[in-house]
Amino acid sequence: MSTATIASQQDTPSLKARLLGTPSVGPLLVLVAFCIIFALTNPRFLATQNISIILQQTVIIGTLAIGQTLVILTAGIDLAVGAICVLGTIVAGKLVNLGYDPVFSMGFAILLCTGAGLAAGSLIAGLRLPPFIVTLGILGILTAALRLISEGGAFPVRDPFLAWTGNTMKVGGFVLTYGILIMLALYGFVWYLLNQTKWGRHVYAIGNNPEAARLVGIPVRRHLLSVYLLAGFIYGIAAWLALGRIPNADPNAMQTANLDSITAVVIGGTSLFGGRGGLIGTLIGALIVGVLRNGLTLAGIDPLWQDLVTGILVIIAVALDQMSRRRN
Amino acid sequence: MSADSMTRDATDASSRVVLEARNVVKTYGHVTALDGVDFELRAGEILAVVGDNGAGKSTLIKALTGAVHPTSGEILLDGAPVHFKGPLDARHAGIETVYQDLAMAPALDIASNLFLGRELRCEGVMGSVFRRLDKKRMREEARRAMSELKFRLPSIGNAVEALSGGQRQGVAVARAALFARKLVIMDEPTAALGVRETGQVLELIRSIRERGLAVVLISHNMPNVFEIADRIHIMRLGRRAAVVTPQSHSMNDVVAIMTGAVAA
Repeated sequence: MSTATIASQQDTPSLKARLLGTPSVGPLLVLVAFCIIFALTNPRFLATQNISIILQQTVIIGTLAIGQTLVILTAGIDLAVGAICVLGTIVAGKLVNLGYDPVFSMGFAILLCTGAGLAAGSLIAGLRLPPFIVTLGILGILTAALRLISEGGAFPVRDPFLAWTGNTMKVGGFVLTYGILIMLALYGFVWYLLNQTKWGRHVYAIGNNPEAARLVGIPVRRHLLSVYLLAGFIYGIAAWLALGRIPNADPNAMQTANLDSITAVVIGGTSLFGGRGGLIGTLIGALIVGVLRNGLTLAGIDPLWQDLVTGILVIIAVALDQMSRRRN
Repeated sequence: MSADSMTRDATDASSRVVLEARNVVKTYGHVTALDGVDFELRAGEILAVVGDNGAGKSTLIKALTGAVHPTSGEILLDGAPVHFKGPLDARHAGIETVYQDLAMAPALDIASNLFLGRELRCEGVMGSVFRRLDKKRMREEARRAMSELKFRLPSIGNAVEALSGGQRQGVAVARAALFARKLVIMDEPTAALGVRETGQVLELIRSIRERGLAVVLISHNMPNVFEIADRIHIMRLGRRAAVVTPQSHSMNDVVAIMTGAVAA
């Protein structure tokens, strides 16, 4: 092959190569397949009202999964997702109930969640502790501390600003909550960061090969810190969305949020080994879980089956990831 | 200054010295890795560094690129003393290194790997405010660099993990060539490659020299060294045992100096 042939080759890969190289195609096919099955077996599934419900039910896990995706892309894992989010709801609720300005209360709560992310990041990047252990520790500390603060029980949060994200608007027959729109905006923002900026490129590089990232001059530790910081901020926003869905601050809530967010990420095709995958996959993954739960509920199937099917999907997703890695 | 090194090598006084080490010592506790080594790289040459295991090749290279801090001695770049705090410092000074264990992000594409850590941003508001990467320009530049080096690759949008070992090494060498301003250091660039791929990488090293850059090539492979090097720096017991040329000495001579069978 001569130099001329190289020049004539396309810069961008072919459509087929792109589809095969895009990890979100598989999950998308699964999502479409589930939608078709549920739509055929139950006409109510595709009703606009039901689609709104699915989206609303996906909002919290869908938002938490954005932060989880960032962390997993760096080859980490975040087990404090739910606990940090609950921290946000309790702090905001407590402050508002004490008579503080609601905007200040929510802002302070989000800041605190960002701080929790920063703390996790400092321990992981600064002391080079494993993310699994650090976030497990933070989960334990926060869970206990929050139960102490709230004296063990849940309390109602009746403030229009804190509940604002649960308000609805109609878009062409669809009832959308502001929470759904905020979630989608966050997906758009973080997608841009990951795919169109140097910052995102370096997140992938660090997850792929931290040593190579260091050798080309990427400040790996500072970059990891920024990832956990942003994740913490996103969990704080998720806390606001959670108060919009259920105006109740409960220290015992979101106990399955860690695993649910990891499930969405993994089903969405992001590798637990880091450096591969993306945010579109995570959104699809979160929707798959939402559709599955909704569809099976509509079909009147025991909720335990939902967990069982979700579990199978996770194992299939991880097996596929392993197989593709081995092939390479 | 380089004046005294030039008097030492009166035969080639016209070549400018790019990188020089004088009497560099590196000890780790009781172990002496470098025992007062001298080193001299001239502009536009390929200098091979050979030596038995433990002769101090790697430590010398690490000292030159700032990965290791010498216990004593001097390192000069273009005649001026330098103190690199780390490999990044050396890079900023115009020295690129190609590592043996390819420093690549396998899941990222060729263009992304070429520009890793030195990404280009869009011009105008998109770049300055929105910090948007100029992927198109990076792909174009990457393609141009690869064809300038006459290195053939599948589409520049392919992930690096889809490439063969030789192609990956080609990308690593191209990255160094693209960004080096003074010299490129290569640590065993052909160690993991087959015969044909080795040939491709050697060809690449020659085209780097054609671009006017000096190359330091660390290698165990004597036929490779003799095929490509202008001069050969032979390490023995942490010191420079001799500097020879492929014309003046045979492979057996070089091996004999390396092992100490013959005093240089």
